[in-house]
Amino acid sequence: MVWFLAKRMVALALTLVAASLLVFAVLEVLPGDPALLILGVNAREDTLAALRESMGLDQPAYWRYLTWIGGLLSGHLADSLTYDVPVSELLAPRIAVSLPLALMALTLAVGLALPLGVLAAARRGRATDVAVMGASQLGVAVPNFWLGILLILLFAVTLRWLPSGGFPGWDAGVGPALAALVMPAVALALPQAAILARVTRSAVLEVLGEDYMRTARAKGLSRGEALWRHGLRNAMIPVVTIMGLQFSFLLAGTIIIENVFNLPGIGRLIFQAIGQRDIVVVRDLVVLLAATVGVVNFLVDLSYAILDPRLRHGAARRVHG
Amino acid sequence: MVEAMGQRRRLGVAAWTGGAIAALVLLVGAVSLVWTPHDPAVMDVANKLSGPSWSHPLGTDHFGRDTLSQLMVGARVSIAVSLVAVGLGVGLGVPLGLLAAARAGWIDEAVMRFNDLAFAFPALLTAVLITALLGPGAINAILAIGIFNIPVFARVARGAALALWTRPFIQAARLAGRGRTRISIEHILPNIAGALIVQGTIQFALAVLAEAGLSYLGLGSQPPEVSWGRMLNEAQTFLFLDPRLAILPGLAIVVTVLGLNLLGDGLRDRLDPRLEPRRGGR
Repeated sequence: MVWFLAKRMVALALTLVAASLLVFAVLEVLPGDPALLILGVNAREDTLAALRESMGLDQPAYWRYLTWIGGLLSGHLADSLTYDVPVSELLAPRIAVSLPLALMALTLAVGLALPLGVLAAARRGRATDVAVMGASQLGVAVPNFWLGILLILLFAVTLRWLPSGGFPGWDAGVGPALAALVMPAVALALPQAAILARVTRSAVLEVLGEDYMRTARAKGLSRGEALWRHGLRNAMIPVVTIMGLQFSFLLAGTIIIENVFNLPGIGRLIFQAIGQRDIVVVRDLVVLLAATVGVVNFLVDLSYAILDPRLRHGAARRVHG
Repeated sequence: MVEAMGQRRRLGVAAWTGGAIAALVLLVGAVSLVWTPHDPAVMDVANKLSGPSWSHPLGTDHFGRDTLSQLMVGARVSIAVSLVAVGLGVGLGVPLGLLAAARAGWIDEAVMRFNDLAFAFPALLTAVLITALLGPGAINAILAIGIFNIPVFARVARGAALALWTRPFIQAARLAGRGRTRISIEHILPNIAGALIVQGTIQFALAVLAEAGLSYLGLGSQPPEVSWGRMLNEAQTFLFLDPRLAILPGLAIVVTVLGLNLLGDGLRDRLDPRLEPRRGGR
């Protein structure tokens, strides 16, 4: 198990190195001079040269890459090209929007999908199953940003219960801040819940056919008890895998949902930074997102060991193939 | 599992419904090439934001453009972008997957690590990055969606092909002196076609969603070209005045994706008798 996790950690580190190299290289070959971007096309050549020097742009590429990575690792992020403050200062208030949003969405998706998926599996072929699977088929087909627009239409325009967009900030109190995040979280969560409910259903169905479930029934447990005590834990492995993947979908989904609801979060920041060619912000954010995705997948691997005791004793390969 | 190998099951109701919906969207898109009720780009400001009428069955938008005509052209754009993007994924991903399966060892390792790298970035982020850096437009949207389809098809092709390489008829072909490339093309490819068609249908549905998302962000096809995503973006400004404009393009997306997903699920039941190994294979 320790060996397996060590291997996974090395793989995570290598993936991040490769990802950072890729982002750096892509932004490197792009046309566009950051100094020109800051000073404008009318800037004098010697002023441009001076700025390039102060930004370290006159250094060779490998040196700039190492400086960047060194900065990332020590927490000293470079200044944004458009905002003129360190990227870390831009990040903090935006993470305070995006992280609660993603966590709310994930909680909502899991809270809806797990019970519904288990219910559908337990009542396979009956009306409940058909209804849950029908709703899930529909949920998968709905684009999250359209769902967001429909929610605005219903709850902001027609019923006037919730704000149609924007974020008052956490200073305005927890109530108003959460109210601003409810609709975006629902819009992000429902399509993911639809996928997760299907995965849960098929995982539980698979488990229901296992020998140990028959044994559990034979020793006198009811169907529900057998499922609860022995089934769910075993069904969780594929479910947790998909949940890990979905977290990265949720993060990426914030790019579009934060635009729908006009939320000042990470997704909007990266979208605007790309538009403004602020490569300093773009590369930091891309690596940050890739790292988050990597860490979440690592945690997913860890959770396998908690769910399945066999994996703690070196039998990891059986599940991971 | 085994019984499915021998007898071929029939396509279910869901698959037929899905197929019919997908065919209808395709037909509407094709018809829009030669005929739409009105020119979708012609503005008629006197008639702006008008409700359904004989002349405009689904009403008009804020410039007085005919909504039905725009939706028809939107279907064509959505299908064209998605089809080429998935084609790109199949064209590059399947050979990569076949190669990885045929030549175990470092080539396999390299292809799979490339896959891991591609999966480390959320697909939408990659797509936004690509279209924003290359500039917005239909071609770059195709590229952006196509790129994250490559690892998907590489993985499916590799998984299905690996299972086949251990089968007696492939071993026989090896013994008969056929090269690995030739076996991959002549024997492996036809046998994994079912799994690829199923995956292709599902990826098509995802591509329609991705195209809509990109053009909602203003990164897809540009005006005067019409797209469902941008129609929704523009409609959001008029949400208070005319919700109809924000509902119709979304319905078009949902119906298309629903049709493709139903078709994909139905085809999976029919074509994919669990040929794939559990995961990986080695």
